[in-house]
Amino acid sequence: MKQWFKSGAPWIWLNGGAVALCMVMVLGLLGLIAVRGFSHFWPAEIVEFRVGNDSIGQGQQVVGQHVRSQTIPVQVARDAGIAVPPDLGEDELVTRHLIKQGNRDVTGRDFAWYPEIQMTEWMAPPDVIMLERREWGDFYGFPRRLLEDGEVVAEGDGLWDALQERVARSNALFREIRRIERRDVGIISERMEELRLQERGLQRDPDIDEAVLADRLDAMHAEREVLESEFRVLRAELDELHAANRRDTLVAMIAGGEEVEISVGDIVRATKNNDMSLASKLREYMYRFWHFVSGEPREANTEGGIFPAIFGTVTMVLLMSLIVSPFGVLAAIYLREYAKQGPLLKLIRISVYNLAGVPSIVYGVFGLGFFVYTLGGSLDELFYSDRLPSPTFGSPALIWASLTLALLTLPVVIVSTEEGLARIPSSVRQGSLALGATKSETLWKVVVPLATPAMMTGMILAIARAAGEVAPLMLVGVVKLAPTLPVDGTFPFVHLDRQIMHLGFHIYDVGFQSPNVEAARPLVYATALILVILIIVLNMTAISVRNRLRERYRAASD
Amino acid sequence: MTTMTSAMTTASHRDAMLGMGKTTFKVRDLNLFYGKDQALKGIDLNIPANKVTAFIGPSGCGKSTLLRCFNRMNDLVDICRIEGEILLDGENIYARGVDVAELRRKVGMVFQKPNPFPKSIYENVAYGLRLQGVNNKSVLDEVVERSLRGAALWDEVKDRLGDNAFGLSGGQQQRLVIARAIAIEPEVILLDEPASALDPISTLKIEELIHELKEQYTILIVTHNMQQAARVSDYTAFMYLGDLVEFGETNTIFTEPEKKQTEDYITGRYG
Repeated sequence: MKQWFKSGAPWIWLNGGAVALCMVMVLGLLGLIAVRGFSHFWPAEIVEFRVGNDSIGQGQQVVGQHVRSQTIPVQVARDAGIAVPPDLGEDELVTRHLIKQGNRDVTGRDFAWYPEIQMTEWMAPPDVIMLERREWGDFYGFPRRLLEDGEVVAEGDGLWDALQERVARSNALFREIRRIERRDVGIISERMEELRLQERGLQRDPDIDEAVLADRLDAMHAEREVLESEFRVLRAELDELHAANRRDTLVAMIAGGEEVEISVGDIVRATKNNDMSLASKLREYMYRFWHFVSGEPREANTEGGIFPAIFGTVTMVLLMSLIVSPFGVLAAIYLREYAKQGPLLKLIRISVYNLAGVPSIVYGVFGLGFFVYTLGGSLDELFYSDRLPSPTFGSPALIWASLTLALLTLPVVIVSTEEGLARIPSSVRQGSLALGATKSETLWKVVVPLATPAMMTGMILAIARAAGEVAPLMLVGVVKLAPTLPVDGTFPFVHLDRQIMHLGFHIYDVGFQSPNVEAARPLVYATALILVILIIVLNMTAISVRNRLRERYRAASD
Repeated sequence: MTTMTSAMTTASHRDAMLGMGKTTFKVRDLNLFYGKDQALKGIDLNIPANKVTAFIGPSGCGKSTLLRCFNRMNDLVDICRIEGEILLDGENIYARGVDVAELRRKVGMVFQKPNPFPKSIYENVAYGLRLQGVNNKSVLDEVVERSLRGAALWDEVKDRLGDNAFGLSGGQQQRLVIARAIAIEPEVILLDEPASALDPISTLKIEELIHELKEQYTILIVTHNMQQAARVSDYTAFMYLGDLVEFGETNTIFTEPEKKQTEDYITGRYG
């Protein structure tokens, strides 16, 4: 035994065990997120069963997708109002199933628990359909007729194909409506706003000549007229499209036998989950995943995609990198190469290191107080005074979020750059000095290039930290729902003053602020999954850049 | 002032004795301190031009420190303080207002460990010229080739001038560093144990190179290896604990040293 201790084997086991434990925890976490997140997109089977004993003696018909099961004590079940047979003791357990039955517009609740005890056998009717809708969540039911302007156009066998065709048509119309609303109307209203500001500026100007003023105002009025008539044309076009979109109606029977009418214009996607081959299920899976990643959120973020959040996160992190890297690198170079080593420098260094430990919400509060209100407010007063009191930069915005995060990650960049500089062998510096280079020539031509891998390491750490940060962002620029992306086709293309969506905040919002908890749950996992993937992708990019640099400068640090 | 005069007399007297021609460096009563420790004690020395002068002595005797005085590399050490003077072509290099970068262009240096820059072979050699603002491609091409030939490296690397210098072997790197030093055409080259990190074959190549280089340059070399000093140098200075014990023609030093200390060191009794 003593010999065994002496050999060092226990230490190896201990160290190995620690690594194994870490791996188990990390993989467990990733596995949980991946399994829950990925399974959300699978077109699962739709089941039909009856439950309970109503007056007819057949029970209530339920159609929906099984979400999860729970085993609860009889006592709890009785308290929950489930009719448990009296012969069961209080200690015994019963199982209940959570069914997503959709049809929120009709039934009022799209998720419901049903006790197994009173259930009939589950069936999977092949003709049941699932509709993804723009409003009211998913629909489950049996299609009956398709109406065009109130007239029946398809029934029975041709119904499914006709429905798919018309859903495709309405989706095309919807995209057209969106395009007009977003782009054409957006351009007009932006120009109108510009005119309004110009007019206000003119009226405020005390030096302007009366006649000139009148001329200018007339010109503006004329332009406004033109814009308004253009807008009226667009409005009419939109009305037409909306009307066309409302043309078709699907009549379907829901669980319980009631027939309901659904406007085809509301349907995003129609699937027959129980009548799909594995290949088409896979196709459907890919389609849903793609639409989650590339689509816009609907229904208070509990449905639809998360593209704006992904885009916002990436934009913010990239902007943050652009800000933090020059600052951090320059500061580190000064601290390491030029500053006189002494107690003051030591104090500065300790402060920088400690900044890394300040809770992020503190940065958020600072960002709000300093960047948003002070800096942004002053910018508004100086350059955008015409628009006041409505703020331009004086409200939470992309630029302030990035700046706050840059401040937050600055210590990381400084520390790793400094360490990188310290590791450059003095022989290389002396080699350059001995050739008649000055200190700054040596620094920029030899030392800094050699330290770039270390700087990249700092960037990697900064990106990893920034992409996952949420708390400070809620104060300085991230919102639940941003109407526009921070980058688009209108001048100046990157809109630093816009608010953005963010994956981390999206998780918080969907998971904890959502009115529909059950519907939001899988989205939380899926969003978390995307966030993790995004961080991995960002890191991998930075790591591969660093490795390439390191390869180039490999031998110098030997 | 008296010490100064006497020192000058001794050095000139010695030169006359040695039948030395032109001198490059004149070291006059040089004292160097690291904080409170004196590392060089009253060194007086004339370095003959276009000859190889070797500095030998046990570790810590101050030979590398002395070598670094010639291009003011000791300036980089904060606690280092220097008294006395070193004249290069009659000018004191420690005088006020001397441009250190300019001095180092005249006095090149090669270090113990090869220290190429993280650049291509070509850019390593061109580095010194680019610092001087030479960016003309044809001029650079010519200098790079001439320097690499001068360092006996051209044939080995002419087909891969664009490759990173770290890809070369240790011996090649050291010759590259020498090429880099001669590219800016210095008057003097300081070699600080240039072969101590190399294998015997690379060492041999460096020694041959030193022979060729002395046609054009004054060479000062610090070495631990007495055979090497005997092989490559024309003059040898033996140092011990910061003192210049003996300086003379290499043959004389190795065959009939004046001082007992020198003899003991050379015959391996200590050091």
